[in-house]
Amino acid sequence: MLQTNETIKKLADKFGRKEESLLPILENVYEQKHIISEDDMVDIARELDISAAKVYGTATFYSFLETKKCGKYVIRICKTITCMMHGKNQIIKELEELLKVNLGETTPDGLFTLKETNCLGQCHKGPAMLINDAPFTELTPGKVRDIVNKYRQEEKQVAS
Amino acid sequence: MKEQVNLKIDNLSVSVDEGTTILEAAKKINIRIPTLCHHEDLCVAGNCRVCVVEQAGLDRLQPACANPVSEGMEIFTNSLKVRNSRKQIIELLIAEHRAECTTCYKNGKCELQSLTNEYIVGENGFIPLVPLKGYTVDEFSPSIIKDDSKCIRCQRCVRTCDQIQSISALTVAHKGGEMKVSTFFEKPIYEVVCTNCGQCVNRCPTGALTEKVYINEVWDALYNPEKFVVVQTAPAVRIALGEALDMKPGEIVTGKMVAALRRIGFNAVLDTDFSADLTIIEEGNELLHRLKRALKDKDPDVKIPMTTSCSPGWIKFIEHTFPDMLENLSTAKSPQQMFGALAKTFYAQKMGVDPANMVSVSVMPCTAKKFEANRPEMRASGYQDVDYVVTTRELALMVKQAGIDFGSLPDDDYDSIMGESSGAAVIFGATGGVMEAALRTVYEVVTGREVPFDGLNITPVRGMENVREASIKIEDPVPEWDFLDGVEVKTCVAHGLSNAKKVMEAVKSGKADYHFIEIMACPGGCLGGGGQPLPTSPEIRKKRSEAIYREDSGKKIRKSHENPEIVQIYEEFLHEPLGHKSHELLHTNYVARQRY
Amino acid sequence: MNKSLKRLDLIFKNEHDADVILEKSLKRSNEELIEDLISSGLKGRGGAGFPTGLKWKLSAEATGKEKYVICNADEGEPGTFKDREILSSVPHKVMAGMAICARIIGSQKGYIYLRGEYKFLVPQLNKTIDEFHELLDKLNLDFRIEIFLGCGAYICGEETSLFESMEGHRGEPRNKPPFPTDAGYKGGPTVINNVETLAHTYSIFKYGPEKFKDLGVKDSRGSKVFSVSGDTPTPGIYELEFGMTLQKFVDDFGDGDAKAVQVGGAAGFCVPRKKFDKTVIGYKGKLTGVSLPTGGSMMIFNSSRSMYNVLHNYLDFFVEESCGQCTPCRVGTQQLLLGIEAVKRGDKSSLYLEQLLSLAETMRITAKCGLGQSVANSFSSIVENFREEMIY
Repeated sequence: MLQTNETIKKLADKFGRKEESLLPILENVYEQKHIISEDDMVDIARELDISAAKVYGTATFYSFLETKKCGKYVIRICKTITCMMHGKNQIIKELEELLKVNLGETTPDGLFTLKETNCLGQCHKGPAMLINDAPFTELTPGKVRDIVNKYRQEEKQVAS
Repeated sequence: MKEQVNLKIDNLSVSVDEGTTILEAAKKINIRIPTLCHHEDLCVAGNCRVCVVEQAGLDRLQPACANPVSEGMEIFTNSLKVRNSRKQIIELLIAEHRAECTTCYKNGKCELQSLTNEYIVGENGFIPLVPLKGYTVDEFSPSIIKDDSKCIRCQRCVRTCDQIQSISALTVAHKGGEMKVSTFFEKPIYEVVCTNCGQCVNRCPTGALTEKVYINEVWDALYNPEKFVVVQTAPAVRIALGEALDMKPGEIVTGKMVAALRRIGFNAVLDTDFSADLTIIEEGNELLHRLKRALKDKDPDVKIPMTTSCSPGWIKFIEHTFPDMLENLSTAKSPQQMFGALAKTFYAQKMGVDPANMVSVSVMPCTAKKFEANRPEMRASGYQDVDYVVTTRELALMVKQAGIDFGSLPDDDYDSIMGESSGAAVIFGATGGVMEAALRTVYEVVTGREVPFDGLNITPVRGMENVREASIKIEDPVPEWDFLDGVEVKTCVAHGLSNAKKVMEAVKSGKADYHFIEIMACPGGCLGGGGQPLPTSPEIRKKRSEAIYREDSGKKIRKSHENPEIVQIYEEFLHEPLGHKSHELLHTNYVARQRY
Repeated sequence: MNKSLKRLDLIFKNEHDADVILEKSLKRSNEELIEDLISSGLKGRGGAGFPTGLKWKLSAEATGKEKYVICNADEGEPGTFKDREILSSVPHKVMAGMAICARIIGSQKGYIYLRGEYKFLVPQLNKTIDEFHELLDKLNLDFRIEIFLGCGAYICGEETSLFESMEGHRGEPRNKPPFPTDAGYKGGPTVINNVETLAHTYSIFKYGPEKFKDLGVKDSRGSKVFSVSGDTPTPGIYELEFGMTLQKFVDDFGDGDAKAVQVGGAAGFCVPRKKFDKTVIGYKGKLTGVSLPTGGSMMIFNSSRSMYNVLHNYLDFFVEESCGQCTPCRVGTQQLLLGIEAVKRGDKSSLYLEQLLSLAETMRITAKCGLGQSVANSFSSIVENFREEMIY
């Protein structure tokens, strides 16, 4: 038998081994690993003693619980009505050029994943996006460049 | 006594118990409301919305399957609003479904198809979604085929896998337009914890889940003059086959089935019931052997309780779910596999047939048997012991293909040898039957007397209760078994894997102290198997069960050890239960599988 | 332009007297408190408009071992962003409402179900919760609040899918009955209220029901926080009185060229210019388009906007955010989207719009939950009022 990995075990200790703990555990696994992998789902199933298929079915229901590897920073641009009206397509184009990836893709350095998302609740300040949990609003192409550069620079500083 | 609720449905008054659904109330006065996601064996879903009805005073329609009745309620099941909505919902389902009915295995037996027929769903429907979705068909399993393009998301299969079987190999994944019925990470069925029981197949209203069909392979063997094709028929086939051939549930068609198989062209028409009797001898002796080691020799290594091993769905379930309890399983193979191993050895020798040219076919009420026949352990004869497994449903199709008017067939008898059986073997087809058959033999071996039940009918182990317990006190045994004197042998019977799980968890935690447990993967036992005629319901299973016990009581021989062919095979070939030959051919081992 | 609508300041007024209000309220009987709520006429501010006092009363009367108070902060309706602001600036009002509700119904456990998109609010909110717990300890009220974080699913704003989600399942709506007041989270009687509703209960307990009732019109009492977006020079959050006509609203917030207002988000109604002066914002028994309820979303479109694009955006949203469980919603949303595309391309004739309208009506009367039922609101109101834009 495989040993349950430490991450999952700790999360199960923290949130409890009940079905109600499933979402918090999944959310935390994603936050730590930028993916909820097949192996992790099996381990979660084992800890909570529920079927692995149920874990998969639940995870795939929620758009923030990614089952494919994402970058360290997931950029989610709101595509809903008012952000669309205020030019989200331009922002996406700018980001695609800046990051040299298309929507849905991750940069080769594993830093950024570019995605669209439904309403972020920032409709009065569109276009808006989230980078991981942090909201950015009233975006312009220039503003987006600055934000991405800031993230890149911070990464460089951390690396050096 | 529950409160009575009075309501009107289509202007007819009806009075029903509080808590009754609109659907049930309508049924009571013979008003049929169409359903798709609803199934008597499952919890209410309220997904498909086909059963919507109009309630006076309410703007929105109500799902009849989900909503309980209330006093003074007025329901209309066929108003203009209902008809229009219902038709449109059916059209939506058709738009989502690969409606290529003529090439579908479920053609003529599809619940969606019959609704489109009733509501005359024409061509001016909606935009077909199937071409936009890139669906795949999972054909890798030897038992079950899953075709997502025919799925209408009613989730009957998901609920079956969860509620009846407590497996949840199937789940719902994704949401919105992408929502689908899926396995873990969309893996093929054969790679996940599926037990192949086929209960999902029994409840799928369309052709999205079907058994893997081996009819053509069987015909090919029959047409091949080089091949000697033997067929065995499981106990539960003879009481259900008629349903798929225009007869009512509960009709016993043993003789007609044998006649049909002979007409179809099998070289030998033999009976799994024979090897069911053999199973009782082997498994019964194994039980006594284990009890002796446990109670007399005080051997700490022997595993009690012993559980039955006839049901391949149960075997795969325990391999996944309780891999540390495999030693509790009887090592005796299932009757199908005992038969298979003997057909290409003992029988081939007797008949002077080269086993290399023998094709062994079995007719089973079961989809898991297809998987079982393909297990690598099942090649004791030097060949694959059972070559092809067809379900009761497939046999019915073969009968039709052969142009046989089944109802008018005269009764025929099985060939000998390996065609004779006792009533004890017949009841293998019902939950509790293996237990009853084993007790009839074991009690007599131990005491020299018949089981102390009127007419050999051990009624405490019969019925449809989820879990049944019975104990039988051994008194005044013959000298060889004197250590059992005064011992109360505790037995337990469970059917449906969620019940099996409960029992095994009780055993594991030490809460239960049974000696012998019978487990059947399917509700009702094999008579409710995943390969049986459609539809299935508690009522239909009850009729089949009654037929099985009728067949038993009509048999001249009621106890396995009195079957003369069993006596003969031990004299000529096997020599003794649990002997060398038995171990080689009739016993097996199990593998631990991943739990999640 | 002359701003004619009176701005109110009940919700956002910075009042640091949660301790006083709580202490005062907890001294009163449950019956008195419920009576205050009922007579105030407060209705749910999430959009559905169920009377709040009645909801609390039903839960108080329900029997069950564990009862729960849940604050629904899964604010996902396009064009709605007021709850985020309320939780950012006056969270103690919301929590005070939850605590009083807990005392009334007999609950020890409360949750704030916060949408994943608002995760950035968690640190500050948790700080407030800790402070609030200290206050509860002082007042001897055995009640604890915890944040439950959503993971990105619009449907979880529907109360029963929210429960499913909290229980570790897919957020699929349940059949009703039973209703949450009888059997909600983990089967226990549950009061689930929108963020704004709970904040209003605080004001009602502070100022008394009369002050609240004096605002608004007949069926729609009190003030309402509106989220104003789209083609407006002044997007943002505004607390206004119920009962204004849409014309007054547009005069106040429009850019002078408004051709339509979407009231209530993607699940709401689209009102064309010619109906502005006949449309009143407020709850009403029947959604005829004369009186419109809203969770607060007011999106203004000017004449440069293609209403086809607007509708396409909504439908795209619904196709993704439907839970997929029931046929009318799962397949219906896809058909509406593909259908308007086909008509626009000319693959289907304009008559196909009639079939789609009829489908939308079927969805309205047969879908399992509010999501599927309300797709028809925007679909029918846009297609009927801007038919040409759908075709050409």
